[in-house]
Amino acid sequence: MLSSILAQVPWQSPTIDYHAIAPEIVLAGGICLIILVDLFVSESRKWITATLTGFVMLAALVPVLTLAVSDADVRTMFDGRYVVDEFALTLKALFLVAGYVVVLLSQNHVEEGDYYQGEYYTLLLTSVTGMVMMASSRDLVSIFVALEFLSIPAYMLAAWRKRDRKSNEAGVKYYLLGVFASAVMLYGMSLLYGVTGSTLLSEIGSKLTVEGQFGGVEALAITFVIIGFAFKVSAVPFHSWAPDTYEGAPTPVTAFLSVASKAAGFVALVTLIYVGFPQAKDVWQPFIWVMAAVTMTVGNLLALRQTNIVRMLAYSSISQGGFILMPLAVAGTGDAAGPALQAVIVYLLVYAAMNLGMFAVVIAASRTTRSGEISSFGGLFSYAPALGVLMTIFLASLAGIPPLGGWIAKFSAFRAVLEAGNGWAYAIAVIGAINSVVAFGYYGNIMREVWMKPAPNGETSAVRTPSSLVAALSITVAGTLLFGILPGTIMRFGDLVDLTGAFGG
Amino acid sequence: MDVLRDQNWVLSVGTFLPLVGVLVMLFIPKAEEELSKLVALVTAVATLGVGVYTLTQFDFDQADKLQFFADAEWIKVISSNYTIGLDGMSLPLYFLSMVVTVLVMVYSWNHIPSPGNPKAFLILMLILQTGMAGTFIAQDLILFFVFFEVVLLPMYFMIGVWGGEQRQYASLKFFLYTMFGSALMLVAFIALFFKVRGALPEGVEASFSIPQLAEYGGLLGRSAQIWIFGGMFVGFAVKVPMFPFHTWLPDAHTQAPTQGSVILAAILLKLGTYGFVRIAIPILPEAAKEWAPWIGLLSVIGIIYGALGCLAQTDMKRLIAFSSVAHMGFVMLGISTLTPMGFNAAIFGMVAHGLITGMLFFVAGSVKERYHTLEIARLGGMLKQMPKLGWILGFCAMASLGLPGLAGFWGEFPAILSAYSPAVGLSEEVFRTFMVIAALGTVFAAAYLLWLFQRTAFGEPKPEFAGGDHGHDHGHGHGAHGDDGHDDDLHDVNIFEWIAWTPFLIAIVVFGVYPQLMFKVIDPAVQVALKAFGG
Repeated sequence: MLSSILAQVPWQSPTIDYHAIAPEIVLAGGICLIILVDLFVSESRKWITATLTGFVMLAALVPVLTLAVSDADVRTMFDGRYVVDEFALTLKALFLVAGYVVVLLSQNHVEEGDYYQGEYYTLLLTSVTGMVMMASSRDLVSIFVALEFLSIPAYMLAAWRKRDRKSNEAGVKYYLLGVFASAVMLYGMSLLYGVTGSTLLSEIGSKLTVEGQFGGVEALAITFVIIGFAFKVSAVPFHSWAPDTYEGAPTPVTAFLSVASKAAGFVALVTLIYVGFPQAKDVWQPFIWVMAAVTMTVGNLLALRQTNIVRMLAYSSISQGGFILMPLAVAGTGDAAGPALQAVIVYLLVYAAMNLGMFAVVIAASRTTRSGEISSFGGLFSYAPALGVLMTIFLASLAGIPPLGGWIAKFSAFRAVLEAGNGWAYAIAVIGAINSVVAFGYYGNIMREVWMKPAPNGETSAVRTPSSLVAALSITVAGTLLFGILPGTIMRFGDLVDLTGAFGG
Repeated sequence: MDVLRDQNWVLSVGTFLPLVGVLVMLFIPKAEEELSKLVALVTAVATLGVGVYTLTQFDFDQADKLQFFADAEWIKVISSNYTIGLDGMSLPLYFLSMVVTVLVMVYSWNHIPSPGNPKAFLILMLILQTGMAGTFIAQDLILFFVFFEVVLLPMYFMIGVWGGEQRQYASLKFFLYTMFGSALMLVAFIALFFKVRGALPEGVEASFSIPQLAEYGGLLGRSAQIWIFGGMFVGFAVKVPMFPFHTWLPDAHTQAPTQGSVILAAILLKLGTYGFVRIAIPILPEAAKEWAPWIGLLSVIGIIYGALGCLAQTDMKRLIAFSSVAHMGFVMLGISTLTPMGFNAAIFGMVAHGLITGMLFFVAGSVKERYHTLEIARLGGMLKQMPKLGWILGFCAMASLGLPGLAGFWGEFPAILSAYSPAVGLSEEVFRTFMVIAALGTVFAAAYLLWLFQRTAFGEPKPEFAGGDHGHDHGHGHGAHGDDGHDDDLHDVNIFEWIAWTPFLIAIVVFGVYPQLMFKVIDPAVQVALKAFGG
């Protein structure tokens, strides 16, 4: 049957640049390997799967590096539907390193909780594969496939603590809203295809240019697609799943969702805006402007009221998402396109380092406090000074205080916005400035607990931090400090030319 | 740009040496308190050594130029460089920050405030030192901003952990005020960069370099200048602090540990005024002229308000804090005249206020340690009980009220005088009115300081402390010092205090008798800063 259909169409297999998709191949091989290993190792040696997963992530990083130093700047496959350029490589590296750190965070947590280790790491690896694919996708279909690839394992990971009702709630909420968002987005995509006759982003971009005028259908299509990803990056008002999911999911999974999954959403959003709809800025600019302003404000105000540290971090990550959206709100204005792209990428890199670090500290400290309440971290500095100082560093970085990574992220965002230089830009810059002060209210609150309050219950015996957590903390704190003191190391990523086909150029 | 690039490593070493000490201290176990103190003190002394070397190598005949100038690539994408340099305006403050840190370290040797943990306390102080010194040498706006912010967290923790009873409230207030100011300041810096970039002549590459911005900032349109100045104004005015942004100061000072108060008064407040003379006014001359009368107005309100606030205080430390508001009002008045004389007075005033008010906070800390209270009504007869401490307090009060012959005079008197003839383009009537009001302020200053001295030092010791000299007749039910014995507490100035204080006292006299020592360093640089005003 199939052969007869194929025989009717002259079909030739596309040429595949194996070097370019080597990271994906390594990951796919790794997934198979871990499933197999999981079958054959005894229950007491399941930790091997964790170690292997870590190695697979690092192994996939090798081709990313060789691609980065290779001569060919841009490798295009499948008629431009799958592109490996500097932009893609930077983000692939981000996803792989973030995935590696999450493995480090998970190791003790999953092992001590006696969860299903082999399955856990398989799903984690699958999700990372989806993200790595997302960075290269330049076509509605491949974007959608990558999105589902990364989301479906994540739904399961969120519900990983089977017997915990909160975890179940987390998984179900995440799943239902995620699927709903996918549906809305698919509807938008189908409209886009109907209007332009293509699923290739660069072609959509050029069609939208030729038409010049936008009818209601185009506007609706673009809005729906953006809404789909607004769910993914938990922008207000599409954020309602985030706090419950973050609180219920196992903490390492929460770290993964709030960093890697969110970054993947932003990657897709950036690709769509820059490659797909550069000419439709009248549609998405006001939309994203409002979303950015509301997201950072609402996220902040709700974060101020939280007493549970993970919930607070959930709202803080919503608010940080608003800051990442901020430069995109003016990305079509004047010369702001380049700086805005740069700001988003720099922000994602820095945010990954500091937020993963923050979760690592919370996981490490919770081993002593056995509670997620902010008040349970009281006196942390007095009995575990190293964790106290690290927590302070990450919190200060999240609050954007120099010379830590967070400030250069915020700085780039402000710079991009001010480059646009119109009234809208100044307005959102002021909103952002006020919000970055308000944010200190809750970050400072934790610092106050850690430094200035006595330990509750007189608990003063620090629990040893396992070596995998130490490694995760070292990686993230090194990143946070390095990005802040020598921002030049990351600021050269994310030049506009790195994103092939951006703004029709 | 005319700069001297000789020995351009000196400033970087002087600024970052404390961080080396911090690294070493991280490896010292918390229990080894003496070792921590020793390492911190050695680091601070070594840093001061670099400072002294800087002082000897500084070419005083060319104080108008940036010296030890270094310029290295830092964040290329945003055109920000690691540009540092030192001229006559920054030298006194840079050096003062080093001296104050050393002396505070000495004082800390046996005065670590509760809840102890000298390791963390001294590490924070060393980080503070890096931030302070860095702010005074930065010649790039972004670098300046980074250093300006570096001081925030250490001070937040110093107040919040080692402070008084309301410490958490005070530290948060301090932090939020300053952060709000600096957020607007950063937005202003970036806007300035873009505006200047648009106005640059062909072939000049835009950057955040302060000397370059000072050269081309005048090209901006008036309204753009006024808005950008507004952003900077909020950032710096909060730090100074100027009325009406001052309300964090009394709380922060009152709650901070003695060391924190001293550093806050001696150096941190100067970061704000320094920002005005180094950045806001030279870069945006048109806006400065527009803003000057308003700055002058807020300054004199600060002078009078601060003085009245002092008269109403019942707590000695809070009184000194309010006097800071008044004194910084004089500094800002000098700055607002936009004249060389005003600027000279302002910078002299910054240093003098740093020495005198820093010293007053030291004395307040020691009084608190001895009497366990700073309530003025409960103190008295200090001259009888501890004559040396009493006389030091008297000396500082005299210096603070601007007695000729002591350093305070040379900060206030020329500032008032400069308001008589402000820069061209400013209204003489307005500034002469300010002059009269400011002169009235000095009378108030004499009133509150002498009254403070009288109430605490004259007369007989209050009965509850009277037994302190010879007996074991404990006071009347005052619990805090019940058991640890008056003999230990009510003693006169001890050796660590002498070592920490003597340099301050000497400097107050020396600069008072021979102010030219500092004026001749400041003046050439001030002339450069005020180039745009025809000064």
